[in-house]
Amino acid sequence: MTGNTQTDTAITIRNLVVDYGPRRILNDINLDIPSGQIMVIMGQSGAGKSTLLRCILGLKKPTSGSIHMLGTDIATASQKEIYKARKQIGVAFQGGALFSSMTVGENIELPLREHTNLDEKTIQIMSRIKLDMVNMLDAEHLMVAELSGGMAKRAALARAIIMDPKLLFFDEPSAGLDPSTAAELDQLIITLKISLGMTIVVVTHELDSIFKIADHIAVMKDGNIVETGTPQQISASTNPEIQGLLNRKPRETIVDTDAHLRRLTGGF
Amino acid sequence: MSSLVTYIESLGAYCVTALEQTGRTFNMLVQVVWELLHPPYRLYPIVRQMYFIGARSLTLIIVSGITIGMVLGLQFYNILQRFGSVELLGAGVALGVIRELGPVMTALMVVGRAGSSITAELGIMRITEQVDALECMAISPDKFLIAPKVVAGLLSVPLLTMVFDFVALFGGYFVGVHMFGVAEGSYWNGMIDAVQWQDVRIGLIKSFVFGVLVTLICCSRGFYMHLTKAGSQGAEGVSSATTDAVVLSSIAVLFSDFLIGALA
Ligand SMILES: Nc1ncnc2c1ncn2[C@@H]1O[C@H](COP(=O)(O)OP(=O)(O)OP(=O)(O)O)[C@@H](O)[C@H]1O
Ligand SMILES: [Mg+2]
Repeated sequence: MTGNTQTDTAITIRNLVVDYGPRRILNDINLDIPSGQIMVIMGQSGAGKSTLLRCILGLKKPTSGSIHMLGTDIATASQKEIYKARKQIGVAFQGGALFSSMTVGENIELPLREHTNLDEKTIQIMSRIKLDMVNMLDAEHLMVAELSGGMAKRAALARAIIMDPKLLFFDEPSAGLDPSTAAELDQLIITLKISLGMTIVVVTHELDSIFKIADHIAVMKDGNIVETGTPQQISASTNPEIQGLLNRKPRETIVDTDAHLRRLTGGF
Repeated sequence: MSSLVTYIESLGAYCVTALEQTGRTFNMLVQVVWELLHPPYRLYPIVRQMYFIGARSLTLIIVSGITIGMVLGLQFYNILQRFGSVELLGAGVALGVIRELGPVMTALMVVGRAGSSITAELGIMRITEQVDALECMAISPDKFLIAPKVVAGLLSVPLLTMVFDFVALFGGYFVGVHMFGVAEGSYWNGMIDAVQWQDVRIGLIKSFVFGVLVTLICCSRGFYMHLTKAGSQGAEGVSSATTDAVVLSSIAVLFSDFLIGALA
């Protein structure tokens, strides 16, 4: 976290605090995301992974703290600066977030139509190249409602990389995919890193894919980052929380049975 | 005593919410105007939305236009007959339709038919993160989603009003001339003599205002759904936002109808 690594960090997050109304969701997050590498953010459901992503993307204003990305502090930047930064990023949302009034092809072509002056033929070819990368060429003319969950995820990835962004964010890429498609997607993510030099931030639970793709891992729990490190460092960690996540152990058993029973029964 | 306090509190909270929503709607108008003044200028999305609003409402507008025209013809004939001046029938129907009923009824039909689906569409886009996705692609939702709808409302409601007026006049004609035997010439001539440019103008002004008002309220209700109570209720939230939008824009139409009528 010192000066000499500063030059190759793509995103620097300092003292990030986020509230939804009275609830504190993120609690003093510090994180450096190295450029040109794959950072995996893992953690329990509800730990605040998607919220962290929304803050980095400028979709949610943090209560305090800073997020430096592409030369701007997203936490305090004006809408115009945020839009400028967003032209260099690609995002695949947890639920896909494809536009339901359009076909898959139109979804993927949209950023090209809005931000470039390419002719129709070129736009089509470029969108087909990306569709081919995610193995979805056959689905080009389908409406979004006709896609399965896994297909929607892959289409969302194709849309996220259509502009060849510098930064790629991917929320839960492999959840709900069959093992071979998930493996293909992992391979694709690695290819994007190597061939295009993208910095990639992936939120995921899938252990297999984490250890296949990650250069760095950040583990979140209850709005905090409990540990960061390389896959080796994380798997060697003695933190029981991390061991629980890695070994798929259930959470710690309830110690105070009486109190828990009272909570379930509402105090009777 | 404490119930009084709760009552006052909830009244206060209601006023704050109402004010916030008005502010957001107005802010949206400012954003839309800003986006419209800046390139790129695109015609196709507006045409598409006009087709959407127009095609959805056209049959309804024609049917209700004819019906309202016939009802007016019937009512005016009964009244005018008592004073022996049935030759004023054309004038009565035309003034009623062009100044008041045309713009108001058309706007209300558009609210029910297109306005509700605008709110539902934007609300669903909001809760399924489609709006977020748009922002992340650096595409302004105000320009891409809202502006075409508002401009389409501004243009379609007056056009639909003209259709409504036109068929309503024929509805009145059918009742007056064919059912009650009012002289054809006196129906049309009375109309042409009575209707002045300022009557047409006020009808036009109303329909422009209604068009913007209705689309803006419906857009803002759906688009800002996440900021309201409905935002945390998923699909149910969309349906309650839609109902709210319909009620609110209908009231806005009726109230601004009164205001414009009083001021002009
Ligand atoms: N719009 C919202 N309003 C209020 N609270 C929210 C909102 N979105 C998320 N939260 C809360 O923030 C916390 C973190 O949510 P988040 O979606 O970031 O979790 P996550 O780590 O992405 O979980 P998952 O792995 O299940 O996707 C949760 O406790 C959730 O209840
Ligand atoms: Mg999540």
